[in-house]
Amino acid sequence: MKNKTTMSRESKRKLNGIYSMAIASIFSIVVFAYLPKVSGDVTYSFVLDKEWVLIQQWVIDSRVGAYGFSALSVLFTALAYYLFRKGKKHGIAIFGFSIGFFMAFLCWASAGDFVPFTGLLQGGLILAVPLIYGSLAGLVCERSGVINIAIEGQLLGSAFVAGVVGSLLQNAWYGLLVAPFAGALISVLLAVFAIKYRIDQVILGFVINVLVIGLTSFAAQRFLREDSEKWNESPILQPINIPILYKLPIIGPMFFSQTIIIYLLYVIIIVTQIALFKSKWGLRMRSVGELPVAAESVGIDVNKVRFRNVIIAGAIAGFGGAYFTVGSVGAFSREMTAGMGFIALAALIFGRWTPLGALSAALVFGFADQLRSVLSIAGTPIPSAFMMMVPYIATIIAVSGFVGRVRAPAADGIPYQRGGSH
Amino acid sequence: MSLELRGITKQFGSLVANDDINFKVEAGEIHAILGENGAGKSTLMNIVYGLLAPDKGQILVDGQEIKIKSPLDALAAGIGMVHQHFMLIPVFTVAENIVLGHEKTNRAGLLDLATAREEIIRVSKEFNFEVDPDALIEDLPVGIQQRVEIIRALIYNSKILILDEPTAVLTPQETDELLANMKKLRDSGRSIVFITHKLREVKAVADRISIIRRGKVVGTVQPSASQEEMASLMVGRPVDLTVNKADGKPGKTILEMVDLNVLDTTGRALASKINLTVSAGEVVAVAGVQGNGQSELAEAIVGLREHLTGSIKLSGNELIGRSVDECLKAGIAYVPESRELDGLISSFSITENLILDTHGEAPYSKGIFYKPAMAHQVALERIKEFDIRAQSANDPASSLSGGNKQKVVLARELSRPVELVVVCQPTRGLDVGSIEFVHQRLISERDSGRAVLLFSTELDEVFALADRIAIMYRGEIIAIVPATASREEVGLYMAGIRTATAKGGAA
Repeated sequence: MKNKTTMSRESKRKLNGIYSMAIASIFSIVVFAYLPKVSGDVTYSFVLDKEWVLIQQWVIDSRVGAYGFSALSVLFTALAYYLFRKGKKHGIAIFGFSIGFFMAFLCWASAGDFVPFTGLLQGGLILAVPLIYGSLAGLVCERSGVINIAIEGQLLGSAFVAGVVGSLLQNAWYGLLVAPFAGALISVLLAVFAIKYRIDQVILGFVINVLVIGLTSFAAQRFLREDSEKWNESPILQPINIPILYKLPIIGPMFFSQTIIIYLLYVIIIVTQIALFKSKWGLRMRSVGELPVAAESVGIDVNKVRFRNVIIAGAIAGFGGAYFTVGSVGAFSREMTAGMGFIALAALIFGRWTPLGALSAALVFGFADQLRSVLSIAGTPIPSAFMMMVPYIATIIAVSGFVGRVRAPAADGIPYQRGGSH
Repeated sequence: MSLELRGITKQFGSLVANDDINFKVEAGEIHAILGENGAGKSTLMNIVYGLLAPDKGQILVDGQEIKIKSPLDALAAGIGMVHQHFMLIPVFTVAENIVLGHEKTNRAGLLDLATAREEIIRVSKEFNFEVDPDALIEDLPVGIQQRVEIIRALIYNSKILILDEPTAVLTPQETDELLANMKKLRDSGRSIVFITHKLREVKAVADRISIIRRGKVVGTVQPSASQEEMASLMVGRPVDLTVNKADGKPGKTILEMVDLNVLDTTGRALASKINLTVSAGEVVAVAGVQGNGQSELAEAIVGLREHLTGSIKLSGNELIGRSVDECLKAGIAYVPESRELDGLISSFSITENLILDTHGEAPYSKGIFYKPAMAHQVALERIKEFDIRAQSANDPASSLSGGNKQKVVLARELSRPVELVVVCQPTRGLDVGSIEFVHQRLISERDSGRAVLLFSTELDEVFALADRIAIMYRGEIIAIVPATASREEVGLYMAGIRTATAKGGAA
């Protein structure tokens, strides 16, 4: 019976998802295609740099485009329903629907304008990078049973250290090299107080964030400003073109003409996704995050596993922090992470504590952000502040259980004491 | 292999949980450790399994002293344990749970689950366990989960198996299967330490029985010893295991539930199509394995549940839609399942707990004024009447033993003018003395003309008290039988099997 009810809940959730796709498709037809009184040509530009040219530009009437792409999302909604009825996975249909809806929206929002399409995708990915690193750091921590609110602090602290080291040695690579150590050091604080002294982890995370913000702001004011040439002018990492692949249209510039930080990200995503579910490390991590007393009963040192993973998480966040300074602008500025750590936490929850889920969520957030800045240049019907809200509204909807119950690791945030349950 | 304990002592603060314990389990023997809750059985076994460190004492396997500092040492010494609360991770598969802690990896550095699957299937076949290595633990019934724990111990090559209260969560049928499996394991040459407080099971399966009371071994007996003899060793004084009661004389209908459905917030039925009546002067017991909707049904009756359809009438008055306070005032006494969480406020004094639901009324209050002296005086009367062993009425409830806590709850609830008494698991975790008291009290409530609705997962208790027995399975009452029905019949209903032999009063 239990099995059955969870199954039916799962399918109810999926059905809800398909219904919302249908509603969104209708919304798309009405608002993006039917209602607008004027239409204009939208010019999509696909070529960014030196990749092979498939198409240079594509010009389409906004109303025609909106109708066309809305039709696409209707089609994929139908496919999703068909696959669902057949009992098959319909992830691909959701993906197709999303593209249709997004393009219809883009046609409507940029009627009469020029849209640098490839640039939009590339920028979105770049904006998502610190979010992905941050959410993976959160994932490794929380899957081990330690809540990590301190992602923001880990990003900021390592951004600072990477920038300063890069500047002092005039070499961005050294900055990148020390960043994970800085992140790990902040994690040591988290680990010691959360695991050894069993302090409330939410409060602890906030305190660490405040501490790091305070320390870096003070140091920025005191040293970086006074002698910024010495302290705060780090060179930045240059993009590396992966031979041949970078020449591919659209995906070339997006994925294969990036800095080392992004290539490293690919590796970390793939490794965590596989290791979490298929390796000894992942199995033990999940066991101490779900039912630590059971892990202990088969001889696993729960707190040691947790300690180690919290530190690994800090190191992962460290790479994300390095992105802010040596990965993009070079110089450190006060509170430059601007809440990205918290958005990463939202991506982690939105992505249901899985690496690929967190990746998708972080990408959605990144693209939404990039779209906002592209559209605000082009001038659109929607205020940009509203666009900025969208990812968070999506997170709240996700967390509130509309698209299914989000289940955190069962022992997340609960300190473990040996023999404590007896 | 044999296991010997010499002089094991363990103290928690001022409490001596184990006091110089000596006993020996021979190879190929089922040795039962019998004792009441809190006698120190689990502490002892956690020491043997390396989850707790003893203050003093030695552990010997095959005559050789070994040091057990962690479960790894215990497993290495051939000692496996099946825990009372299963040590299985609900979101893992059977195979993942079994490899956890002893992972083997393949050449790519990934988990090698294939070997584990093969071994699970091999052991399953050997003992007829039928366990699917790829099933998720949370989808399995508890009986199967327990087998997973046993399989794990067997795969780790444990020669000495410790089973800690293994039957607490099982249906009678699952219990019988477990007992049969224990014999099979013994016959394969393994030693079994069987920890329990259930006399019947001990007699059915044990080769020798050691009895623990207040942290000490007070005797070792053969299974031929009588239940009374074992019980008096457990308690430390002669006990009468039978509840003395005359046949009930049911009067007018007090509680009537018609087509009652209890739903959760998503509209799923937790209890469905409940039709049950309880008359004055009658004990109706709702039996069933834990988690089949009994708790939800009890909560519905006292107004703790929001989403209800159908009808609950108390002496003709509809209760659905009324608040908890209104339900209680309508004439219901309610003894909840968890005394610590729902029955008492631990940090409040005994006096305050005794008047929790009547503190706003006379004689404890007048207008906006509370009269502590009056409350204190009444509390002293209750403490005397219900034999509550406390230093002072002003002590916090948390200072009381389990049995005395339950007496406080009973004293509060039964002292109000009520028609219906709803009691849930009233003797769970109590010592034999308190169980006797609670049982006699419930019978005297019945005899004084009150209607008693008892929710219990303990079949012994159900048969000792009930005039009629309703059995719940997956949220439904699948049968109502008279108290003369056989244990086997009730057991089958508890497992969800609707037999043709059901007779008399079946709904």
